[in-house]
Amino acid sequence: MSAARLLDVQSVSKYFGGVRASDDVSFHVDKGEIVSIIGPNGAGKSTLFSCITGFHRVDKGRVFFKGRDITNQKPHIIGKLGIVRTFQIVQVISDMTVLENVMTGGFLRQSRVADVRRDAREMLAFTGLADKQNHNAVELSISDKKRLEVSMSLAMKPELIMLDESMAGLTRVELREMIDLIRKVRENGVTVVVVEHVMEAVMELSDRVIVLNTGRKIVEGPPKEVVANPEVIRAYLGERYNAVRQ
Amino acid sequence: MQNISGKQLAAGGAVLALLVILPLVSSSFGQHVMIITFMFAMCGVAWNVMGGYAGMFSFGQVAFFGIGAYTSSFMVLTFHLSPWIGLVAGGVLSALLAALIGYPCSKLRGHYFAIASIAFAEIVRIVFNNWKTVGAAEGLTLPMVKESMAHFMFHSSKLPYYYIMLLFLLLAVAVCYWVSTSKMGYYFRAIKESHEIAEVLGVNVVRYRLFAIMISAFLTSMAGTFYAQYILYIDPESVMILAISVQIVLVAMLGGASTVLGPVVGAAILIPLSEYSRAWLGYKGTGADMILYGTLITIIAMYQPAGVWGAFNSRMRGGK
Amino acid sequence: MPPVRNRLEYSFMEQFVQQIVNGVLIGLVYSLLAIGLTLVWGVMNVLNFAHGDFLMLGMFLSYWLYTLAGIDPLFSIPINAVALFLLGMFIYRFIISKVMKGPGLAQLVVTFGISIFLSNVAALIWTPNFRSIEHTLLSGTWDISGIKLSIPKFVSSIGSILASFGVFWFLRNTRTGKAILAVEMDREAALIMGINTERINSLSFAIGSALVGVAGALLATYYYIYPFVGGTFGLVCFCIVALGGFGSIEGAFIAGILVGVVQTLGGYIFDPSYKLAIVFAMYLITVWIRPQGLKGW
Repeated sequence: MSAARLLDVQSVSKYFGGVRASDDVSFHVDKGEIVSIIGPNGAGKSTLFSCITGFHRVDKGRVFFKGRDITNQKPHIIGKLGIVRTFQIVQVISDMTVLENVMTGGFLRQSRVADVRRDAREMLAFTGLADKQNHNAVELSISDKKRLEVSMSLAMKPELIMLDESMAGLTRVELREMIDLIRKVRENGVTVVVVEHVMEAVMELSDRVIVLNTGRKIVEGPPKEVVANPEVIRAYLGERYNAVRQ
Repeated sequence: MQNISGKQLAAGGAVLALLVILPLVSSSFGQHVMIITFMFAMCGVAWNVMGGYAGMFSFGQVAFFGIGAYTSSFMVLTFHLSPWIGLVAGGVLSALLAALIGYPCSKLRGHYFAIASIAFAEIVRIVFNNWKTVGAAEGLTLPMVKESMAHFMFHSSKLPYYYIMLLFLLLAVAVCYWVSTSKMGYYFRAIKESHEIAEVLGVNVVRYRLFAIMISAFLTSMAGTFYAQYILYIDPESVMILAISVQIVLVAMLGGASTVLGPVVGAAILIPLSEYSRAWLGYKGTGADMILYGTLITIIAMYQPAGVWGAFNSRMRGGK
Repeated sequence: MPPVRNRLEYSFMEQFVQQIVNGVLIGLVYSLLAIGLTLVWGVMNVLNFAHGDFLMLGMFLSYWLYTLAGIDPLFSIPINAVALFLLGMFIYRFIISKVMKGPGLAQLVVTFGISIFLSNVAALIWTPNFRSIEHTLLSGTWDISGIKLSIPKFVSSIGSILASFGVFWFLRNTRTGKAILAVEMDREAALIMGINTERINSLSFAIGSALVGVAGALLATYYYIYPFVGGTFGLVCFCIVALGGFGSIEGAFIAGILVGVVQTLGGYIFDPSYKLAIVFAMYLITVWIRPQGLKGW
């Protein structure tokens, strides 16, 4: 029997009144993978993220992390266990500098302020924000804010990072930088799950792609296969591949 | 929060030296004004820990102030214990009560939290107003005993009260500074931004909110005990009214919330204003001093909403 | 004439119902007050600390109209409404609009400053003494099978209901009213639609003040009038608005009645001096269970 999968989502369902935001979704993620979750708007991608990371209570199903049942645990406990997520609308702490934002994440693993500050500086060097470390977080551009979000998340030394639409609203150049960053993240030993609309990133990065539609998982597989799948094309009816802004 | 520079330390030392010498050359009333200023400055700093940093805008701090005053006074009168023991007891009691009421309020934010804090403080006031054991509406009077530090009572001069209150204030400032530069401070500010983002960063929001409330309550309670020992008479109308809570918020806000020294500046402006206007205009019973006070805080809020300290700060940094 | 019954002869049930009736009567006036406050909150996110003091001004206006010009409070309603409307507009234009762009705390401080100013100026000019209006047009008590209905209170409640429904109707059926609702729902969208949000702000504040003026006239028929009467009403009003859900007019209406009943019943079952404490406790317990109050229930 092989070792437990890193993340094991089993038949998770979430209902909001009569709406099935997530309907019997099952998938797994192995250590070191980059997995993308795609699907048209309203497919239930962010809801799924929220269910896995404790922001919504699941109505049915279970979530396992490294073999441990984390279903419905509080978000901060899930954070401590090693899963970190970002938000669709990027969230950073307003009345702090970039450095202080990252330090806040770092305090999860260390208590001494000097150590946390030093590690935060290293993290910012890794993610390419070192020259902006004393700027106020609110002053950053969208792309830098997303980068900051990733930095804060990595400062928590997670094993799994879940990125919610981190490519949205980026220029071609910024997109390239973000793709490179995510690759770097995986190379440093953090498993990545992304929710994405920007297909260019999905095609380049993913080991596996999971497609959701109206709350259900419809297809799973390597990117080239999934993209050619007629059911997937039908689900996206009208949606264009290339969502990258110039 | 940046580390303090050498220049700032020198400036602080100079101010401190000034504060130590000032009462020696002031009138008795001048000393009184400064004592009350320090007292409200301490309460403002305490408010800041939970309000300016953690984003919980409490308009009910007076409850802890009053409980501090009543606890120590009750223990002096009933058990003949030193007020210093009462000081600690009141602080602990206030902190526990703060946790008790703070826990169910964990999900409350913004105006809902503010009104809950008012509701809580009013309940406390009404209960004390009707509670015979602590004197109900008549309150408690502390007997004059032999002047000593152990008795926390001085008759011949206000100076000992002055220096004790100054020390209390310095303690509160030190606590606030320590909080702001520690892990707790970072977590508080994350909570202030949003509960969601704090949770994602691994912060136990409920627990840290309680820390903020308890620290704030303990310090405020200390100020209340001081007041009781200074004035020697307390009743619900003087130590448990909403006006005191609002005064505390004003002090913190006018000086600049979420800065360590802001409330001290705010108190330095607001308290002499209200004390002197009461002395000059209030004796006729006309409330003219209150009219002046109301007018002035309205004008200050209209034309300098970031607070005086905030304005001072941004001028120092070259404007923002 | 039916024989007058001794108080002890009233059954517990009758007294209970009596208290509920009293509670609803005062509750309806609370509702009117709360609607004014929640309207202002919903449109511009400002909690008006001076709300109770506007009420005090309305009550005094009715008092002086009665004492100096012999105008019955009921007939002073339109005068109050107009006067407070203008006052509200004035205060918004010249004071509150200046702090709208600043931090929320500045707005609270400004309204608190206005509150102190108004109540103390009133005390200065009119002395802090209690006053009351003795003989109104409609006074006395009806006795409906053992339940005593104070006529001034009853008429006030009817007035409140009419005013409240008047506001409902205005908001839903007039162009301006709908504009107000639009701003309440989504300020930026309303702005894009071409609605002058600044004008809506001052209008809402003025309408809220007018409602308070009406409540003042109604209350003046049976309540004590003095410069600091606004304090308690203001506080209770905050609780009502929060209970009903900030910005929800229906919520404010229902919560007002609820609080009136709880206050009166609570004072009857426990101790009258604890009336307010019971209201505040009720607020706390409600928001502990349901942080957003009654909104959307």
